[in-house]
Amino acid sequence: MHSGIESPGGIWWKPVHKSEKIWIGLAFAWCMVLFAMMPLWHWKGGQNPSGIRHRVEPDAFLARTNEFIATYQVGEDNGYPVVEPPPGADIYLAARMWNWSPVLRLKKGAQYTLHLSSLDVNHGFSLYPLNVNIQVVPGYDYGLRVTPSEAGDFRVVCNEFCGIGHHNMVGRVIVVDDAAPVVGRAVDGNGRGGER
Amino acid sequence: MKTGFRTCPVTSLRVHAQADALIKANAVAATVALLIGGVAAVLVLLTRWQVVHLLGAEMFYRMLTIHGMNMLIFFILFFEMAVLYFAGPVLLNCRVPAPRVGWVAFLLMVVGTLMVEWTMWTGRADVLFTSYVPLRAHPLFYLGVIIFAVGALVAVSLFFATLLVARNERTYRGSMPLVTFGGLTAAIIAVITLSHGAAIYIPTFLWSIGVMNVDAQVYRMVWWGLGHSSQQINVAAMVSVWYLLGTLTVGAVVLNEKVSRTAFVLYILFISMASAHHLLVDPGMGSAWKVWNTSYFMYMAVLASMLHGFTVPGGIELGMRVRGYTKGMFEWLRKAPWGDPGFSSLIFSIVVFGFVGGITGVTFGTEQINIIAHNTLRIPGHFHATVVSGTAMAFMGVTYYVIPLIFRKKIAFWPLAKIQPYLFAGGMLIFSISMTFAGTFGVPRRHWDITFSGAPFQVEFSPAVDLVMGVMAMGGLIAAVGGAIYILVTVWSVFFGEPMDLGEVVYVEIGPAPGADEPAPAAVG
Repeated sequence: MHSGIESPGGIWWKPVHKSEKIWIGLAFAWCMVLFAMMPLWHWKGGQNPSGIRHRVEPDAFLARTNEFIATYQVGEDNGYPVVEPPPGADIYLAARMWNWSPVLRLKKGAQYTLHLSSLDVNHGFSLYPLNVNIQVVPGYDYGLRVTPSEAGDFRVVCNEFCGIGHHNMVGRVIVVDDAAPVVGRAVDGNGRGGER
Repeated sequence: MKTGFRTCPVTSLRVHAQADALIKANAVAATVALLIGGVAAVLVLLTRWQVVHLLGAEMFYRMLTIHGMNMLIFFILFFEMAVLYFAGPVLLNCRVPAPRVGWVAFLLMVVGTLMVEWTMWTGRADVLFTSYVPLRAHPLFYLGVIIFAVGALVAVSLFFATLLVARNERTYRGSMPLVTFGGLTAAIIAVITLSHGAAIYIPTFLWSIGVMNVDAQVYRMVWWGLGHSSQQINVAAMVSVWYLLGTLTVGAVVLNEKVSRTAFVLYILFISMASAHHLLVDPGMGSAWKVWNTSYFMYMAVLASMLHGFTVPGGIELGMRVRGYTKGMFEWLRKAPWGDPGFSSLIFSIVVFGFVGGITGVTFGTEQINIIAHNTLRIPGHFHATVVSGTAMAFMGVTYYVIPLIFRKKIAFWPLAKIQPYLFAGGMLIFSISMTFAGTFGVPRRHWDITFSGAPFQVEFSPAVDLVMGVMAMGGLIAAVGGAIYILVTVWSVFFGEPMDLGEVVYVEIGPAPGADEPAPAAVG
């Protein structure tokens, strides 16, 4: 027997002890289970970060966002346009130092394609309180198929450092349930003090 | 320049004068970086703890940048260079070939560090550790990183040269020791890592002076080849230090060279793929790319850690049993030297790294968990369990042996040194777990004000978050006390400490080692 700071003399490629073999077997099997779970969850799981990916110039993305706002704007909230697109629409959320625009008003159960991109530096899309996090990279349009599964008043917190105003970068997403309209302040366009 | 060898009266290793000097220089530089990063850590902690909220926004992001660069790059890499000068020349009984090259490397690393420190402290690089393009820092920030990386690459090359020289001069018999093999693993991963660093920081430097463009997504991909892979140098160096500390503290033995070395090779082959974990919710990559890369080629790098997780404690147990601690299942553990800070550091490093750091890290590597963890406090919760409670703890533990063996000074304030690992690891454990909990509520990392007082829309976290963040602050402060004790003990021992009573140190020129006249062994390793 020798220690880790001594040179093993002669041939060290020796048979492995039974207890070690059992451990290696268990560890290897577990690694295979983990690996199998990755594609399995991808196919069977309901929440994957994969989407439609395109390159996009920040100017072009801004133009698309502005057109989207002009087409579907229904109001204003704290200076930000509130947009209510029809189900199935392509919807745009632009990140820039230090705001998310526009405020989105979506319908529960309807599917949308949410396009995320940044007009300047990296930002982080973090949907609160659901805790869904997506990286927002300038030059890339990340198209995610989303179906809001519950009504409520959500926030979009920036969780990628983007400069001195980073901590003030908060956006808003409102999901309304047509079957049971949400009453009260959650949908009245006043973000501060809204229910959650 | 002093040359020649001394013989260590404790380990009977022959130590080259330049190996002594280079280990000392790099270890001191590492400790200075640790001190700077540690002060920044406390300031960051006291700001994130909303009850205190110490710093203003600008200063907070600046201190966070300083904390990240000093801890993850300067402290760790300087210390790893010291580990390489130990694993190479010292363990192989070899001289440092071309010691001047070692000093040039050290100088480059110091110059690079000073450039980066200057830009950070003067507010010219408030871009955080990741410095994602197109967030812009002063060109000297990027140039400083490049010069530092070049210095580290030169030092790593010198380590490779040492292996060749030791082999040619037959300073050891048979294969290189396992600890040196682990050092070699770390050195190879360092080449991969530092090449990524050059590949991204050279274009970024050119971008910062307006010569070319850098794509934001390409930056993220290549940068993480540096940012995460540098933590894989840590893993390999840390496991190597585990084997070393096991030997130094309790006389641990190697269970099976084949298993341990194969595990190191698995690290070299597959662990760098972990960089892809950072890109799981990025727009630039497809699902197949994400699934394949983040599984580290079917979790083969995870398998490597699982093997070391068996062989290191197994080697300790067998070492203790051989020395007569054979009663029952656990006499070897009960009678272990828990008052030796080297041993307690080793055990905490293994346990917290494996059970908290490793498991959280591997789970983040799946798309569906990553999407609820990305950029939340869960991420720093994970890497404070790996890099801090794992790597830094192991490095701290080995310092308690470097000081008597290399600096030849007695450890000052021994009672404090004895409790240091308990404070540091215990505090860090509380800190990491609290951060992880806070992250599950969606609390973002790298954020000055989670009350969002200046935001256009109100965000109110669950009151549980306040509690968890308070516990996090307590844990962090306990760990900071442990870190401060470490710095006090090491600095005091080295500069004002009592010399070891080991007789006068004489460096003598000596001929080839015994065995040099025998034919070279056939096995390569």
